[in-house]
Amino acid sequence: MKLTSFKRALWVFHVATGSCNGCDIEIVAALTPRYDVERFGIRLVGTPRHADVLLVTGTVTRPMAERLRRIYEQTPDPKAVVVVGGCGATSGVFYESYNVVGPVDEIIPVDVYVPGCPPRPEAIIDGVVKAVAKLERLEAGEKV
Amino acid sequence: MAALEALWQAAVVLVGAVLVGLGYKGVDRKLAARMQGRIGPPLRQPFLDLGKLLVKETVVPRTAVRWVFSSMPFLAVIAAASVLLYIPVGPFGPVLARHGDLILILYLLAVPAVAMALGGFASGAPYAVVGAQRELVMLMSYEFPLAVVIVGLAWRVAGLGVGPAFSLATLAANPLWTQVGPLGVLGLAFLLLALLVVTPAELSKIPFDIPEAETEIAGGLMAEYSGVNLALFYLADALKTLAMAALVVVLFLPYGIAGPLGIGGLGGQILDLAFFFVKLLAVIFAAVTVVRVAFARFKVDQIARGFWLPLTAVALAGLLLLVLDKAVVG
Repeated sequence: MKLTSFKRALWVFHVATGSCNGCDIEIVAALTPRYDVERFGIRLVGTPRHADVLLVTGTVTRPMAERLRRIYEQTPDPKAVVVVGGCGATSGVFYESYNVVGPVDEIIPVDVYVPGCPPRPEAIIDGVVKAVAKLERLEAGEKV
Repeated sequence: MAALEALWQAAVVLVGAVLVGLGYKGVDRKLAARMQGRIGPPLRQPFLDLGKLLVKETVVPRTAVRWVFSSMPFLAVIAAASVLLYIPVGPFGPVLARHGDLILILYLLAVPAVAMALGGFASGAPYAVVGAQRELVMLMSYEFPLAVVIVGLAWRVAGLGVGPAFSLATLAANPLWTQVGPLGVLGLAFLLLALLVVTPAELSKIPFDIPEAETEIAGGLMAEYSGVNLALFYLADALKTLAMAALVVVLFLPYGIAGPLGIGGLGGQILDLAFFFVKLLAVIFAAVTVVRVAFARFKVDQIARGFWLPLTAVALAGLLLLVLDKAVVG
């Protein structure tokens, strides 16, 4: 399977698993004319079936864990998962909370972590590009 | 031999249509981005999108009706591509000129929409079903004004007595603008306006993209499609955009520039072909790109009412003016 077109035609789906909306707003900021991710071929899509990259924000709350797993399974292969923000990466300030079953890598495999509270749009774009680079290295048979 | 000739002509038209259709999609996205103050994707972005969709996994949901779900993308592409075989390309006549006319095109244009709706109903997902219902509501809304436009033109051409009225070759050879009086020109302008408003609805583009509506029903009738199936719908959309623009050009702007400039032979044909593509781009720009940047999405009831009352009134007024003009001019 060739992934050459992948580099320049990424469709991302945004999964909010109980975030404070900070990271979500930064993802939307990346779509605005100032950052314009469409110039790299990145598009936000409305359904996981169309997605190549899942952008996961937020600590995973108890009810969202099952939904996150379902969304991951609904996304057609090849796919990558990018965790946006500190909560998804480490649970952040919600560490050991009674209602948090995250971080995200407890539930689904994660390829790239973008730290920050919230991360800047540039960092999110960079994270998406890194996720694809990882997919390509995997395809080439390198160990990541 | 004639069959062989038609075969290679059809192959040229279809391969050209795929390249031009996807290319114009890229131009459309670039222009839309520039109007929004963005840099926008590269012009070859639709080719990259399509290439990517082709290597993705094609998922068929467990709750879907498998054979309907998987066959509808093919039906949509085939129907959209066949429209192009009945439309004159610049100086060249339609490939299948003797096998179908404007009425056939009217039906073929409805097939991709019906195929998408059936695919949506067969997806077994609530969002897709809602999207499919909306697609059918919209189909029922814009078909009547579209039919009025086409009947109006054909009726006036029949009055000229120059050949079969519904044949596209006849319509393209006899531009009506110069054949009618001032009332008729006004009527034609009304019909052109109605057709230009129907165009984005026919193509499900903003502000008429309620069947897909990513922000409210998650991609609507496309929600469960992925991989090759989605790529086919993507291609059908590009081909249908081209077909609809070509229909507007052939019905209302079938002029060449080689004749007035006095260039004959092969050079003239190439010039006319290039001019035809410029006209296509102009129609796509006016009816799709500008409209989708300038407007927000309408609601279902607004679209249904808007097409049934005001737009049908505009189309019927155009038809009436043509009739009055015929009575005056004779």
